[in-house]
Amino acid sequence: MTETHYAPGIDEDVALDHVTAEEYDIILSELGRAPNLVELGIFSVMWSEHCSYKSSRLHLAKFPTSGERVVYGPGENAGVVDIGDNQVAVFKMESHNHPSFIEPYQGSATGVGGILRDVFTMGARPVALMNALRFGDPSHPKTRQLVSGVAAGIGGYGNCVGVPTVGGETNFDKGYNGNILVNAMAVGLADRDKIFTAAAREVGYPVLYVGAKTGRDGIHGATMASAEFGEGSEEKRPTVQVGDPFTEKKLIEACLELMSEDAISSIQDMGAAGLTSSSVEMASSGGVGIELDLDHVPQRETAMTAYEMMLSESQERMLMIIKPGREHVAERVFKKWDLDVATIGKTTDTGRLVLRHKGETVCDLPLDPIGEKAPKYDRPHFPAEARASIDASRLKAPADLGQTLKSLIGSPDMASKKWIWSQYDRHVMADTVTSSEDPADAAIVRVHGSNKALAITTDCTPRYCAADPFEGGKQAVAEAWRNLTAVGADPIAITDCLNFGNPERPEIMGQFVGCVEGMAAACGALSFPVVSGNVSLYNETDGKAIPPTPAVGAVGLIPDVSVRAGFGGMKEGQVLLCVGETQGQLGASLYLRHIEGDDDGAPPGVDLEVEKRNGDFVRGQIRSGRARIVHDISDGGLACAAAEMAIASGVGVKLAHEGQVELFAWAFGEDQARYLIAADGADAEAILKAAKSADIPAMAVGLVGGDQLTLNAQHAVSLSELKRAHEDWMPALMANAQDERAA
Amino acid sequence: MKTAVIVFPGSNCDRDAADALERVTGTPAEMVWHEDTTLPDGLDLVMVPGGFSYGDYLRSGAIAARSPIMRDVVKKAGDGTPVLGVCNGFQILIETGLLPGALMRNAGLRFVCERTPLSVETTNSMFTRAYTDQHEVLFPVAHHDGNYFADEETLARLEGDGRVAFRYLANPNGSIHDIAGITNEAGNVLGMMPHPERAVDETHGGTHGRGVFESLLGGQK
Repeated sequence: MTETHYAPGIDEDVALDHVTAEEYDIILSELGRAPNLVELGIFSVMWSEHCSYKSSRLHLAKFPTSGERVVYGPGENAGVVDIGDNQVAVFKMESHNHPSFIEPYQGSATGVGGILRDVFTMGARPVALMNALRFGDPSHPKTRQLVSGVAAGIGGYGNCVGVPTVGGETNFDKGYNGNILVNAMAVGLADRDKIFTAAAREVGYPVLYVGAKTGRDGIHGATMASAEFGEGSEEKRPTVQVGDPFTEKKLIEACLELMSEDAISSIQDMGAAGLTSSSVEMASSGGVGIELDLDHVPQRETAMTAYEMMLSESQERMLMIIKPGREHVAERVFKKWDLDVATIGKTTDTGRLVLRHKGETVCDLPLDPIGEKAPKYDRPHFPAEARASIDASRLKAPADLGQTLKSLIGSPDMASKKWIWSQYDRHVMADTVTSSEDPADAAIVRVHGSNKALAITTDCTPRYCAADPFEGGKQAVAEAWRNLTAVGADPIAITDCLNFGNPERPEIMGQFVGCVEGMAAACGALSFPVVSGNVSLYNETDGKAIPPTPAVGAVGLIPDVSVRAGFGGMKEGQVLLCVGETQGQLGASLYLRHIEGDDDGAPPGVDLEVEKRNGDFVRGQIRSGRARIVHDISDGGLACAAAEMAIASGVGVKLAHEGQVELFAWAFGEDQARYLIAADGADAEAILKAAKSADIPAMAVGLVGGDQLTLNAQHAVSLSELKRAHEDWMPALMANAQDERAA
Repeated sequence: MKTAVIVFPGSNCDRDAADALERVTGTPAEMVWHEDTTLPDGLDLVMVPGGFSYGDYLRSGAIAARSPIMRDVVKKAGDGTPVLGVCNGFQILIETGLLPGALMRNAGLRFVCERTPLSVETTNSMFTRAYTDQHEVLFPVAHHDGNYFADEETLARLEGDGRVAFRYLANPNGSIHDIAGITNEAGNVLGMMPHPERAVDETHGGTHGRGVFESLLGGQK
């Protein structure tokens, strides 16, 4: 490239700091001139992986996104599904991985803030928060500090805004030593006929800026989140945003109050890439142009440049298109809540983004190339090498399965995470029915003022995805569906958070494509569409990628909250039934990881047809009232599921197995599509009879009673020992950790 | 029974409080904005709800205590109107001086949310008289600054006069004397960290909180 390719003040280094050489050439040909620095900054954030989904869009199109209940699928700020009675559930999950690794408290806090805004932007009152967290090896020197900071950050934000954090999952794996994952999900409720969207369709309408002032924090946050880490990633701290949940709480109330008046034409939160992405997305999705005068943007710091204002990711800000003449209504509401409000521009018919600052035009770009025509790559991808399944007969059976059970139930993957969730307010809003503290496979939140409830879960088994991306992708969706089923809910739809390494590496892109295709297959077979989601790539440090982690967040509906199931409350004398077939599949199982010390083998396959049949049967039994105590079988297999039920109920279980499958493989194999049900004799018999006539595999596998968990009477471990192993692991780990908040 | 719930910017248990009041008393509560200067007439209860008024900036409850409406709350409390402060509401009542002592950061330094057992220390109060047959209750707590402290002299007065209304049976925050809730000298102001309004309905996992509101309702008969 020659000098003439650059606008004054820009050289090749500056240009290539923002975009690739190929992308710079596209800009030149689209504009027919060199972009100035503001324009270059805008292209760079809008074309970042984080905003443009340039590596993933092609494959995301494979997801089924429609269904009977789907009102809005991907493309809006959050997915919207119908839950009857003119009500909708609005939800989305999003990653805040990179910032949380650099600055765990603020990184995770602003992750919560951002996902809440996606939900209330659409007119929904947020009613529940969830999270999916992955940390490195528990013994890694950074792990405890990151756990402590992330838990405090999620709690610090969610507790203050007053939205209950009702559930989630936490894994530890050395694969996340250099890149932790913080995925936050928010769920809201709205009336179906009062949903707000982002598209600005009218010309000449005022553009209103509301919320907090713009500062210099988070500049280029989206770009940072679209790159790998190397040595010195801590130096990226200035790109991390700083959250203020108090302002967010006021913003929620003010927005919902204004939404109840006839003033807003469309609305968009300022998330990643701040004022740039919000203005570009509103204008380009509605097919209009937009003109902003940056002098009117409320500013927290002096002498901010146009570049800084457009790229700042200061939190708790919204952009609105207001119906002409209704500005005073917005002003009244936002003043009442002590929030900034300013008219900063108007929509136009030019199809261009025009920015003025101090009397000069500092940006004049056609909108199409920035948004709709952003680069879209078909990155090369190799499928992962298929692994052979594990033959249990080649493994040595442990001498004492009681001790094996104890070590699994107290392993980092299965141990109680109370140390984390006890820092989250799970009860505010007074509609929480079950949360992390309750023995149930999904969180349950009552729909305010009704007898209905939403069931919510987050799921993913990264070790399966690493072993076989396609089966792992299927399993993540199937397990979410199973968890909703196990509490008695009708599964409705999912959101996702696809966390992977560097997509420019074909083996990583292969993991991505495999997982997406597996998820798409499961979503299709289970009528469980994807309605929103987020992709987080470049989760790598020094060339080492995280395990593929396509986290699934799922929502279901319980028509009558009094008809639901949990896995506590078992009583002496009850029968324990297993629905689904047990072959003892140990590939990529927790047993293999913690007892044999490797992650080898093919993961358990997911037969989606069987999954659906078994799940529909179990849900039917819950609805009939026969099954009140139900637990899905997942990590650690049947014996671990039974142990969790026993710990929650304070009563022992005697498991009995005969047949060809080795006892330890039967106990710890992770075959899919299975559930345990505890019921009184007559109900158990009725369930077995119903299963037989529906041709569903089901059998009695144990009796409830005593104060031990026994296997075929040869192996035993006391309930109190199991409970201690389960509950003591995490407090012991964190005993000496620094408290981020207090520091 | 006529009730009001004060709403500050950052309050987040205001709706829960109003719902609980309506559920137990059968009458909707009046929501009163922090910038108002006077409470409605003839109130049988003013509830100062939980949350993070003013984001807990400066010190939990400190800014809210100086808001216009609190001047009237203090005045009406002096005239005998019952006032109930829960969680952040308790912090605010302490900051106004209606109740003695201080609420410090939890001893464990972390936010704590759990269902915690309490003993009902007195049934000789307008807020607890309905608990005659029940000495132990289970309420949720959710706070970062709930570690109650008072000097020896104040504690002696509180204990001596039977003003400790609730005591923790498994102290979650390091509160001195396991104190979870106290009343003022006249007995018409109660501040407590645990949330009775989050335990009024079977789906909450228990209804022990109803007793607080039923006690007040009892006084209306």
